[in-house]
Amino acid sequence: MKYIDEYRDSSLVKPLVRELKKSLTRPVRLMEVCGTHTMAIFRTGIRTILPEGMEIVSGPGCPVCVTSASHMDAFIAMAEIPGVRVAIFGDLFRVPGNTGSLANAAARGALVEVVYSPMDALELARNNPADTVVFLGVGFETTTPGIAATILAAHHEDIDNFCVFSTQKVIPGPLEALLQDPELNINGLLCPGHVSAIIGAGAYQPFVDQGLACVVAGFEPADLINGLILLAKQVGDSTPKVENIYSRVVSWEGNTRALAMVDEIFEPADMEWRGLGVIDDSGLTIREKYQKFDAQKRFDIKLVPTEEPKGCLCGAILKGQTVPPQCSLFSTRCTPSTPIGPCMVSSEGTCAAYYKYGRDR
Amino acid sequence: MSDDTILLDHGSGGLASQELISGLFLKHLDSPILKDLEDSAVIDNQAGKLVFTTDSYVVDPLFFPGGDIGKLAVHGTINDLAMRGGRPLCLSLALILEEGMALADLEKIIISIAQAARESTVPIVTGDTKVVPRGKGDKVFINTSGIGVVDPTLSLSSRNGTPGDAVILSGTMGDHGITIMTRRAGIALEGNLRSDTRPLHRLVDAILGQYPDSVRTFRDPTRGGVATTLNEIASASALSIILQEEALPIKTEVRAACEILGLEPLYLANEGKCLAVVDGAQADGILALMKQQEEGREAVIIGRLEEGSAGRVLINTPIGGSRVITPLHGHPLPRIC
Repeated sequence: MKYIDEYRDSSLVKPLVRELKKSLTRPVRLMEVCGTHTMAIFRTGIRTILPEGMEIVSGPGCPVCVTSASHMDAFIAMAEIPGVRVAIFGDLFRVPGNTGSLANAAARGALVEVVYSPMDALELARNNPADTVVFLGVGFETTTPGIAATILAAHHEDIDNFCVFSTQKVIPGPLEALLQDPELNINGLLCPGHVSAIIGAGAYQPFVDQGLACVVAGFEPADLINGLILLAKQVGDSTPKVENIYSRVVSWEGNTRALAMVDEIFEPADMEWRGLGVIDDSGLTIREKYQKFDAQKRFDIKLVPTEEPKGCLCGAILKGQTVPPQCSLFSTRCTPSTPIGPCMVSSEGTCAAYYKYGRDR
Repeated sequence: MSDDTILLDHGSGGLASQELISGLFLKHLDSPILKDLEDSAVIDNQAGKLVFTTDSYVVDPLFFPGGDIGKLAVHGTINDLAMRGGRPLCLSLALILEEGMALADLEKIIISIAQAARESTVPIVTGDTKVVPRGKGDKVFINTSGIGVVDPTLSLSSRNGTPGDAVILSGTMGDHGITIMTRRAGIALEGNLRSDTRPLHRLVDAILGQYPDSVRTFRDPTRGGVATTLNEIASASALSIILQEEALPIKTEVRAACEILGLEPLYLANEGKCLAVVDGAQADGILALMKQQEEGREAVIIGRLEEGSAGRVLINTPIGGSRVITPLHGHPLPRIC
């Protein structure tokens, strides 16, 4: 498979592993920002070949994991309104709120449909004119353009029975807030691949100005190890900069057309993040011009503040302050079948990754 | 048949039921025992131990590239018998139909069942039909049970693994699971995604005929995929299983679909593959034999059993790292991005 096999080719990757060891001249602590990177690092076994002195902590980039419990409760309440059919990405299905999960709601009779694209949700609206289809918008810059395009399509077709509950979030601002924590002590960022395809590699320049090494990388073994090599060199030489080694997908300025579409539909809003609290302008809400597609306004949904599950360390894990095996619930009461915190339920969650691939380490 | 859909009358036991039985079931299912229409089938006494299994089939969509619910219902139960070394003798067929189901679809399914039974030379010898009101079922649910005989000196079991045993997979992984998932999602992909549904009793018979003492167990990695089945074997044998990722046989189109949907082939269902845990010393011979059979043409040795953490399945990745393979939790869900 083109663009995959060559980046997994062991004859190419094994020399890179040797180079990684050589490139590390001083201890480094890196953060992989994105959940897909978290998973890829485990899946490829990179954690097991990291040289002594290189540490990778997981960042806040798993969209399901940072979805607050109060949003989950609001999603579930919405799914249980008669005449509402909610459409979700698969990851959300089992995420617990305080009132169970959407899976529980579906078992009680709520209409919950897993879709692969927001456009599929619009199709559901066309096919079920008697229902109101609510797409539960969860995700970062990667999913936002698709949702914006869907709202635009609904607007052009004048589809009345479709709306979006937006909990869309942005990455750079909150990441910057997170990195202010001196305890975190991060030297460099493995910057997201998919998010950067939209916002562009240039978005990380402010981090460089704070002295952080930044490399935008893809998700295959060669991408990841090459990214780690460059990060180790930047830190070792004290030459922080943004390097983009995912240029087959990511440009410096990003996808300007997608960004314009997002700007047409959405405006910045304060957003609650699981474990991080409310962060100013870290989310996106639907502009007034398109408010008939705003599910929160249409159904007058109020978020009810909720407490995190007792003992759950998802918040600290999302901040890179601790690792899943330090949590007393991890792999005892909290497993992928019986998740207590969101980091266990999402396929990209740090706890799920540790549980699935790395319990022995 | 007067109407083109299933009516509640078809399950009443009255005239409409009889019409369905003679006009459709017996028209296609040609077993003489079934044709007797007695309350149960009488089967000749067989030498050996009996193996007995049952399975229910509720797949959506009913028809998919490479097969349909009827073929699955025949092959699945035959394979469950075969995995214990059983030579399948006969099957039962029970149908739960939903009122309003298209009769044409039912006939297609029955023809497919008849064909699968004929090709497998395992007859359907007894059956039952019920009809539930519209909305209380989903077109058709099928249960098949099967009886087979097994050589009394054989005792295939997941508990039998010993250090040094080889794990052979009879062909590519995930073909069935990904075909169903992409169909369900309405995702059209280029390439030839097809269910791998097929009976495995002849393959098993060939292996046991030549290597009766070298096989520890056969398992068919259906729901939960190869990952879950190997975890069960590792636990039952209280050993570790070490896989080589580069050895895993996966069709390009299956890999491509998995990349798009964020799924792992190791967790996808297979309906025509078996895992054979065999004496490491005989593994090459058994592999060569499997490759001579149609059902095992793409067989490969994917790993070994070793002393170590009991029940752990580890995979060596192409870059020289490793990771743990856990059983499937819940059902596979596609990811956000």
